[in-house]
Amino acid sequence: MEIILAMVIGILGGSGVWLVLRPRTFQVLMGLSLLSYAVNLFIFAMGSLSLDKEPIVRPGLVPNLENYTDPLPQALVLTAIVIGFATSALFLVVLLASRGLSDTDHVDGEERE
Amino acid sequence: MRSLIEWLMPHLIIAPILLPMGTAVIMLLLGDTRRPLKAVVNVVSCLLGLFIAGALVYWAQKMGGPQAVGVYLPSNWPIPYGIVLVVDRLSAMMLLLSSILGLGGLLFAVARWHKAGVHFHPLFQLQLMGLNGAFLTADLFNLFVFFEIMLTASYGLLLHGSGWPRVRSGLHYIAVNLLASSMFLIGVAILYGVTGTLNLADMAIMVPAISEGDRGLLHAGAAILAIAFLVKAGAWPLNFWLAPAYSAASAPVGALFAIMTKLGVYSVLRVWTLLFPNDAGVSALFGGPALVWIGIATLTFGAIGVIATQHLSRMASFCVIVSSGTLMAALGFGQPGVTGGALYYALGSTLAISAFFLLIELVERSREEDEKPAYVSELDMDDPFGYPVDLMPTRDVNLDDDENELIGQAIPAAMAFLGLAFIACVLTMAGLPPFSGFVGKFVMLTALLNPSGVDSPAGPSVAAWTLMALLIGAGLLTTIALSRAGSRYFWAPQNRPAPRLRVIESLPIGAMLVLVAVLVWQADPILRYTNAAARGLHDPKEYIGTVISTKPVPSPTASGEGGLRR
Repeated sequence: MEIILAMVIGILGGSGVWLVLRPRTFQVLMGLSLLSYAVNLFIFAMGSLSLDKEPIVRPGLVPNLENYTDPLPQALVLTAIVIGFATSALFLVVLLASRGLSDTDHVDGEERE
Repeated sequence: MRSLIEWLMPHLIIAPILLPMGTAVIMLLLGDTRRPLKAVVNVVSCLLGLFIAGALVYWAQKMGGPQAVGVYLPSNWPIPYGIVLVVDRLSAMMLLLSSILGLGGLLFAVARWHKAGVHFHPLFQLQLMGLNGAFLTADLFNLFVFFEIMLTASYGLLLHGSGWPRVRSGLHYIAVNLLASSMFLIGVAILYGVTGTLNLADMAIMVPAISEGDRGLLHAGAAILAIAFLVKAGAWPLNFWLAPAYSAASAPVGALFAIMTKLGVYSVLRVWTLLFPNDAGVSALFGGPALVWIGIATLTFGAIGVIATQHLSRMASFCVIVSSGTLMAALGFGQPGVTGGALYYALGSTLAISAFFLLIELVERSREEDEKPAYVSELDMDDPFGYPVDLMPTRDVNLDDDENELIGQAIPAAMAFLGLAFIACVLTMAGLPPFSGFVGKFVMLTALLNPSGVDSPAGPSVAAWTLMALLIGAGLLTTIALSRAGSRYFWAPQNRPAPRLRVIESLPIGAMLVLVAVLVWQADPILRYTNAAARGLHDPKEYIGTVISTKPVPSPTASGEGGLRR
C-alpha cells in the first residue's frame, strides 16, 4: 500500500510539475490541480496509513493510533481541497479573461516565435 | 483606557479577525450598489480596527508583563488540540501597521478608485482579515488558512480596475501563489508527520526531542515551509512575479500590498525562532546562514532593479524587494540586537513604501493632465478594460462659478506637497537621515559590528560585512535612482499647470509620512519596544510556556452537579 501510494503521489506530482512548466494557461491549470491532488494524498500519508480503521472513537476500543486512523490529516485534506478548489476556479476565471483580452492562451499573452 | 482594555482582554485578541469579517459580510449583503454607504462602513470599521490594534499594542507594552504573551482559545478546546490565537509584541506591532496601511489605502481609494470595479470594499476587508489572522495565529494550519484568505482577497484586489496588465500579472501572481500554497501544505504535512502536532508552541517543545533519523525530515519540512513563506516575502529567486504584480495594481491596493511581503518575513521569523532557537540543540538556528544569504541576494537584486528601471511604480516594487531583502538578511543572524533594529526598520520602510505607492498615482496623474485632456472617456471606449476612472465631476459635486469641481481645485501648495512627500519617501526608503530608515539601518549596523556586545573582541562575520556593505550600497543606489526620477518628474517639466489634489487623497500620504517622522522623534521608546519584541522572539521559552499552560475556560455545566450529560 505504501508503494502504491508513493507511486501515485510521484506520478501526480511529476505530471503536475511538468504541466505547470508548459506555456499554455490551461495546461498550467491542470498542472496545479494535479499538484494539489498529489499534495492532498501526501498529507494523508503523513498521518498514518491504515486499512479498515476509522477516525471516530467507538465504545470499548482504546483511542490510540493502533485502533484508529489519525483524524487530523483528514480534516486538513478536507480544508485544503475546499481552498484549492476555490482558488483553481478563480484561476480559471482569470485564465478566461486573459484569453479574451489577448486572443491567445499563452501564459505571457503573446506567442513566442 | 486601561480598565477598558482589562475588561476586553482576552477577547480583544480575536477582534482584529472578527471585525473585518463582520464588516465584509455586511457589505456583501449590501450588494453591488450603495457605494457611499459601504465606503462609510468600511472607513468606520478601519478606524475601529486601528483602535483595537492600538489597544493591543498598549496592552503588550504596558500591561502584558515582561514578555507580553496574550493567548485566546477561540473554541475553548484544550491546547494543543484546539486552535490558538496569540498576541505578543511583534503581532501587536504588525497588526497596528496593517491597520494603518489599511486605513490609508482605503481613504485614498474612497476618492475614486473604489468605483473602478465591484466588491472593492468587501475584498479590502477580507484582505485585512487574512492579514490580521495570520499575524495572530499560533497554529501552522490556521496560518495556511489565513494566508489563503489573504491571498484570495488579494487576487481580487490586484485585478481591481481590470485592464490587460493587471490580468496578465494577476495570472502569473495566482499561479505562483497556488504553487507556493502546495509547498506550504507539503511543509506543514511533513512537520505534522514528524512532530505530531500543528500548534507551534507544542511543536517547539517536540523539536529538541526528535530522533536522529527524523531530524533530516524535520529540516526538510521546515525548509519547504520556508520556501512558501519566502515566495510571499519576495525572496530572490522567487520574486519575479512581484514587480509586475505590484506595479500593475491600483495605487491603494499597492499601498496595502506593501505589508504582504512583510507577512512573509513575519511568518519566517515566527516559525523559525520558535522551532530553531539558539538552545534547540542540533537544530539551533537551522537555516540561519541560508536566510542571510538569500536576504543578501534579494537585497542586491532589488537594488539593481531600482536603478535599472525607469517607471516609478516599478521602482516602488523594487523598493519593496530591497526592504524585504534587508529584513531577511538581518533576521537571519539570529541576534536580538539586529532583529530589534530590523523590526524598527520594517515599520518605517513599510509606511514609506505604502505612502510612495499612493504618491506615485498623484504624480503620474499630474503629469498626465498636461499631456492629454482630463477627460478620458474616449480612452475607455477604445479599450473596455482600460482606465475606467471618472475624472469628470460627478453629479452630486458642487461646482464653482467657472463650473470647476470645488473639491478638486488646485491648492497652490500642491506641487510643493508632492515634491516634499516624494523627498521624504526617498530619504526613508534609502535610509538617509533624518528619517526612520536611517535610524533603523544605523541600529542594525551597530549590532552587526558588535555581534556579542560592545566590549567583546569578536568581529563581524563575512556575511555581516557583506550585508553592511550592501545596506549602504543599496541605500546609495536607491538614492541615485529615485533622485534621478524625482528631477525628471518635478524639475524637468515646464509650464505645467499645478496638479489638482484632493484632501482625501493627500491626507493618507501626509499622515503616513508624519508617522515616519514620529518614528524618529519617538525612536527611543519604539526601539525599546522592538528590542523587547526581538528578545521575546529569540528566547521563546516564555511564549511557549504561556501558550502551553493556558487552560480552557471551564464551562458552567461541566463544573456543576449534572455536568457532561451524555
